[in-house]
Amino acid sequence: MSALGTKLVRDLRRLLGQALTIALVVACGIASYVTLRSAYASLLAARDGYYTSCRFADVFAHVRRAPESVAGRIAAIPGVAVAETRLVEPVMIPIEGLPEPATGRVVSLPRGGEPRLNALALRAGRTLDSSHPDEALLIESFARAHHLEPGARLSVVMNGVLRTVTVVGIVLSPEYVMAVGGGAGQEFAPEDKRFAVFFMDRDAVAPLFDKEGAFDDVSLRLQPGASELRVRDELDALLAPYGGVGSVGRSRQPSAFFVDNELSQLETYATVAPMLFLGVAAFLVNVVLSRLVHLQRPQIATLKALGYDRVRIGLHYLELVLVIVALGAVGGVALGAWLGRGMLGLYEPYFRFPDLSYRLDASLAAVGILVSGGSAVLGGLAVVVRVVRLPPAEAMQPEAPPTYEPSLLERMGVAALLSPEGRMVLRELTRRPLRVALSVAGIACGVAIVVVGGFTFDAFEGMLDLEFETAERHDVAVSFIEPVRASAVRELSSLPGVLAAEPLRAVPVRLRVGHRFHETAVLGHPEGAELRRVVEWPWRVVPVAADGVVLADALARKLGVSVGDTVSVEVLEGDRRVRTALVTGIVGEVFGMMAHMQLPALHRMLGQEPAISTVLLRIDPAAEELVDQRLKRFPKVASVGKRAQSLELFRRQSAENMRVTAVILTLFGCAIAVAIVYNNARIALSVRGRDLASLRVLGFTRREISGVLLGELATYVVLALPLGMWLGRGLVVLMMSTVDAEIYRLPVVVSSATYAFGVATTLVAALVSALVVRRKLDELDLVSALKARE
Amino acid sequence: MVPQREMPVVLRARNLVKTYRMGEVEVVALRGVDLDLYEGELVVLVGASGSGKSTLLNILGGLDAATSGDVHYREHDLTIADDDKLTAYRREHVGFVFQFYNLIPSLTARENVALVTDIADDPMAPEDALALVDLAERMDHFPSELSGGEQQRVAIARAIAKRPELLLCDEPTGALDYQTGQVVLAVIDRINRELGATTAVITHNAPIARMADRTIRMGDGRIREITVNADRVPPSELTW
Repeated sequence: MSALGTKLVRDLRRLLGQALTIALVVACGIASYVTLRSAYASLLAARDGYYTSCRFADVFAHVRRAPESVAGRIAAIPGVAVAETRLVEPVMIPIEGLPEPATGRVVSLPRGGEPRLNALALRAGRTLDSSHPDEALLIESFARAHHLEPGARLSVVMNGVLRTVTVVGIVLSPEYVMAVGGGAGQEFAPEDKRFAVFFMDRDAVAPLFDKEGAFDDVSLRLQPGASELRVRDELDALLAPYGGVGSVGRSRQPSAFFVDNELSQLETYATVAPMLFLGVAAFLVNVVLSRLVHLQRPQIATLKALGYDRVRIGLHYLELVLVIVALGAVGGVALGAWLGRGMLGLYEPYFRFPDLSYRLDASLAAVGILVSGGSAVLGGLAVVVRVVRLPPAEAMQPEAPPTYEPSLLERMGVAALLSPEGRMVLRELTRRPLRVALSVAGIACGVAIVVVGGFTFDAFEGMLDLEFETAERHDVAVSFIEPVRASAVRELSSLPGVLAAEPLRAVPVRLRVGHRFHETAVLGHPEGAELRRVVEWPWRVVPVAADGVVLADALARKLGVSVGDTVSVEVLEGDRRVRTALVTGIVGEVFGMMAHMQLPALHRMLGQEPAISTVLLRIDPAAEELVDQRLKRFPKVASVGKRAQSLELFRRQSAENMRVTAVILTLFGCAIAVAIVYNNARIALSVRGRDLASLRVLGFTRREISGVLLGELATYVVLALPLGMWLGRGLVVLMMSTVDAEIYRLPVVVSSATYAFGVATTLVAALVSALVVRRKLDELDLVSALKARE
Repeated sequence: MVPQREMPVVLRARNLVKTYRMGEVEVVALRGVDLDLYEGELVVLVGASGSGKSTLLNILGGLDAATSGDVHYREHDLTIADDDKLTAYRREHVGFVFQFYNLIPSLTARENVALVTDIADDPMAPEDALALVDLAERMDHFPSELSGGEQQRVAIARAIAKRPELLLCDEPTGALDYQTGQVVLAVIDRINRELGATTAVITHNAPIARMADRTIRMGDGRIREITVNADRVPPSELTW
């Protein structure tokens, strides 16, 4: 090995602690990038691959009952490539051990079993045999929840009659990737064991529901370039006479909607946070490596004096930097792949794709490595270039001492209050403002990253509290199949155990301003509503004006409207007329992208008699079971939603994944913070070792010189803490401003506990580093430190 | 030694001026220096600190550039040489010995010498170079395990291992005690005689000048006096 090669190996060994911590920062940066990006990319690829291979439809519509002859007219709508009719019927499945029967639906399959759209993936068993009308394919989520295998026989209530079906196959469906019950206001997925989907031969289903020669559901695939809205408008017009309740595009198909939302939540993290971590890590590595190389200034000059050219010297330090980066890169990619796989595993129970396999794109790893490596190389080589450019005679001299002058603080008389050591610290800090700024910025980035990681916990709790405690204060939401007369409130409130009841009307609409539109629901609230209030972050109840419409701010942003503007309201049920409404308020809601009106105003706009779609109840906990039983017998009830259940399900599904993400990010943040503080301390020691030895020679005690160095470090940390907290909050705002997810948006809230955690992590790192440095100071060799120029 | 003036000139400097800016003030280190160095001779530059001797040596060795004037190494004009040419000049022709040795602390004595032999055209083996400075037994020691005199001898071995035509020593005894200094000077003297490298030694100890073929006395950025010594006194007989 060449002498220079030997020097490289020895230098690395000597710098092992620092090299490893720098590699750790590189690894954390790359790992957070690879973890989140690869998990996100894998989910996206699984979704897109699945939707394509199973011929997932573009448009879905449900009607009460339409003759099969309408199918031809649907297929003739310009822009429609494939139209497939079918029957989709509600069913109930009494389950032993469950107090209420599971709900679900039966979906018809065409003769031959293979639909042209929304193909099923057979996971176990076989396809249907049309000569056995009792055979059914069962959705996997329900089968798994109840440990059902092909061959199982189930009792199912179809059209009021208890029938027995034989499960011959277990399947996945693109329409139930996330098994969602559907229905207005039922935002959250029911439990797997309470929701079943059966697929049966159409010839077997039709007689059971008296729908021979008719259909009540249609799926469309559009021609490339066709306008979805135009096709849907024609379709809706065509189906209106048959009780059409409005078509939805793929983005509004319940399962796809939830999948997309989960993905867009993950995207919030997977886009900004990894870039942030990667960027911060790259910046820190740049700063630290440039310092490290700077310490070798006399050696660089000597090499040059001995006749080494710039390229040779540059390559030598490039190797030093690359070894450190390579260590971090290998560790980072491996860790990222491992964690990414693990994260994907978290989604597996909720995202029922037939093939949810982990894929790590080489380009992803390459980006991570290039950003970290590039920044590290720049940091290290910038110093080499600077030193090599000097004539060796000059570079071999210690750097000229900077001009000292009493700082502003000193002139103000602060110095008089300080001990000599204190004054030394003060002058060291004031005469090298750039170094101080970089050190402080580095430590602040460490603090900030811990804050970003911890923020999710705060935001989630804040958001859940706002939605499930402040906005929703009911216990039970009773939704009806179709709007009912307002007297239903009175009837329900008279049930024993019901403490309070309030109406709610949800009307599906398409809000449009110019070319921008959004499909959502207008919620009609009674005046002075108590059980479902409109609230905005932070914890402010917003009254809904007697006139006009109040929009969620994310919706207002999407439509580009502000208070005083007019939106056109295309009602997607009933007469489907287009109305206009004045925006009288914009509210910073964290959940949903809805519009709110007062009930009388809503009815006026619709030109309808008062009608309601949901009744919210507050009930006596002791009477819960009794109320449940009575509700089941109440006519036209589509679903009974429990707030507590929704909250729990939401926590389990979304919150759990976000929590894991946050834990990963927080851990990376802590590692980065620790590594940075430690490196700062070690480099300060190297830079100042000679001065400190001189002080010792002059008779200063160990304690006193420790005071000088640690005082400097403490000042960095103290300056960095508030900056880091401020920066952390800024990064959170940046992160949250990038995605307006439809289902929920995390409010920008950072609790004092999170700040405290960031501060504590940094302080502990500082303390440990201080102890290490203190020990090194005790070992300071006075004589050699004075002699050696290195 | 043979009369120098009959030997070819290795280095020729004419009207060298060097000025530095130190903050607000302009410092003139050299104020027009003319000097010829002849093949194989040993010269000693003496003068108070600040007299310009280190600046002169640095310019002659290609470590620094003059503000004006010119330097020729044989037929090569160093004044117009760019960084690459100066680097090649140092690599091929010049050996340096510095006051503070400038060894690479992470490399052993042998490896420090190898640093030069790795890139030189026709070097001697590092072991041979170290044997020449009587350090054969200590070649696997790190600088921190060597005394000052030993470190300086490693530096000399490193400087001569490439068989340089010029050996430039800046205060080689400056950081050493008297006896160690004598040993180091004896090594330089012997190398000069045995290898025939043109050698320039800077010192602020006037008596050391007696070991030289010529003594160049500097003051205030100028050459004050050049003395030709009839006989070189062996370093072992020098006192200072």
